[in-house]
Amino acid sequence: MKYQTLLPAAALTAILIAPGCGSKEGTITETPAAGGAAVTKVDPATAATVTGKVSFAGQAPAKVVLRMDAEPDCKGLHSTPAVGEEVVVNANRTLANVFVYVKAGLEGKTFEASTGSVQLDQKGCIYRPHVLGVRTGQTVSIANSDPTTHNIHPMPAVNREWNQSQTPKAPNLDKQFPRTEIMIPVKCNVHPWMKSWIGVLDHPFFAVTGDQGTFELKGLPPGDYTIEAWQEKYGKQEQKVTLAASASQAIEFTFKSQ
Amino acid sequence: MHNPGLHRFATLTAAATFCLIVAGALVTSNEAGLAVPDWPLSYGSLMPPWVGNIRYEHSHRLAAGVVLLLTAALAAWLARRETRRWVRRLGYAALGAVLAQALLGGITVLFLLPMPVSVLHAVLAQAFFSTTVILALVTGRDWAAPAAAVLDAARPSLAVLAKAGAAGVLAQLLLGAALRHQGLGIIPHLVGAGVVMGLALWILARVSGRHFLEARLLRPAAAQALLVTFQLVLGATAYLARLATQDAVQPLPLVIWPTVAHVAVGALTLAAAVWMAVEAWRLTAEAVS
Repeated sequence: MKYQTLLPAAALTAILIAPGCGSKEGTITETPAAGGAAVTKVDPATAATVTGKVSFAGQAPAKVVLRMDAEPDCKGLHSTPAVGEEVVVNANRTLANVFVYVKAGLEGKTFEASTGSVQLDQKGCIYRPHVLGVRTGQTVSIANSDPTTHNIHPMPAVNREWNQSQTPKAPNLDKQFPRTEIMIPVKCNVHPWMKSWIGVLDHPFFAVTGDQGTFELKGLPPGDYTIEAWQEKYGKQEQKVTLAASASQAIEFTFKSQ
Repeated sequence: MHNPGLHRFATLTAAATFCLIVAGALVTSNEAGLAVPDWPLSYGSLMPPWVGNIRYEHSHRLAAGVVLLLTAALAAWLARRETRRWVRRLGYAALGAVLAQALLGGITVLFLLPMPVSVLHAVLAQAFFSTTVILALVTGRDWAAPAAAVLDAARPSLAVLAKAGAAGVLAQLLLGAALRHQGLGIIPHLVGAGVVMGLALWILARVSGRHFLEARLLRPAAAQALLVTFQLVLGATAYLARLATQDAVQPLPLVIWPTVAHVAVGALTLAAAVWMAVEAWRLTAEAVS
């Protein structure tokens, strides 16, 4: 890899802060991408990590059973009643389906585009996963694994809205979202309980919490960042972190029952 | 001259239009407006997969097709047999309205429910229904029978008051549709409800006080006041049901049915208000002439 000069802004920042802040001396280089924009390369030796978990405080809301009675093709796919995923409290009192991402601190940096696609499936008349993250321009490959017809209807604020049907066994729909947006609701108008959320970012530093409620944002250049956690019902929280070279910092978000 | 066949057909058209409004309300309440992404065909065919919310949306389209045919036939029948020019014109207006409705419905689907178009679609539906009700009314035996003119010296005149009542209901339906399609909050609709109720009671008080023996005025005035009262109950029920279930996965039948009933009775309220306005205009105009 041929290393080029540092971004003038990054160099100026490094000069200004270096005397009193040795912890931010990580190496960032930029290489021109195919399209001409400089791509930020983070030196693995200095790359930092933010880890953490999203906790839940208070009484967990009752599980909401999804009404699939009028749709035998959907109801028959579940041995027990399917429940909504708006709030999923894990056994360890953490929350699943929380989208955690770097909200600020990466301005002016461009990262290599993601190769490959992100999968969104319609299975059991439920979107899988319920929350997902994707890079701008990255392909979201939407599958219909159900024996019934669905329609996929993202309702973005800054990307283009569309609505497309997908019959059983139809080929995957491959779609991209070119603009950063937190979050895009996706719904199926045929089965109105079906809802999913897509977070679109122009960098790769995001994660969705799972059944342990944890997240990891790794490979970050040293610096100051704002980390935001988004939860469908409880909204957003943010924390500021300062990452030294090669540092690993743990943070915790706590959402409270309403 | 009274034509019983034409009157029955106009009544059938009005009844079918009322069913169409209920079908449309079910589409919105079940969030089924975009369950069929294409238009005028449904999933590229006349009979799409009969699953989920496609049933509501396609039923609405089929009902709209039936009403379109009925309205076209009614307009043609009026053009051939009706001697009153203004009634023939009302038939043409109804046909134009139902064609515009079809177009607005298509635009809502193809442009993913733009709020102003959805609101216009909802309000024009109510206005169209009132037009069909008036066509049924003016082709009926009662309208053809000679009527004693009503002297109305009060100010504002009953005709003006009744027109204001009808305009108020139409404006209130506009506010309700804007609320339903997230264009406005609840406050304007609540204020509108108070205005509409006040006008309905004023009209009823005027008619019962000065024209109590004139059934042609008393019936629509009473119908309007009763329907507005019922509307208030239904509106409150629908709103409270939504508040009570705001944490549930919508749509729920507990919210759907009061809301659909609220839309349907809204259509009947407008029809009653327009009926009142037409009767007041006719009877007091005859007195003047």
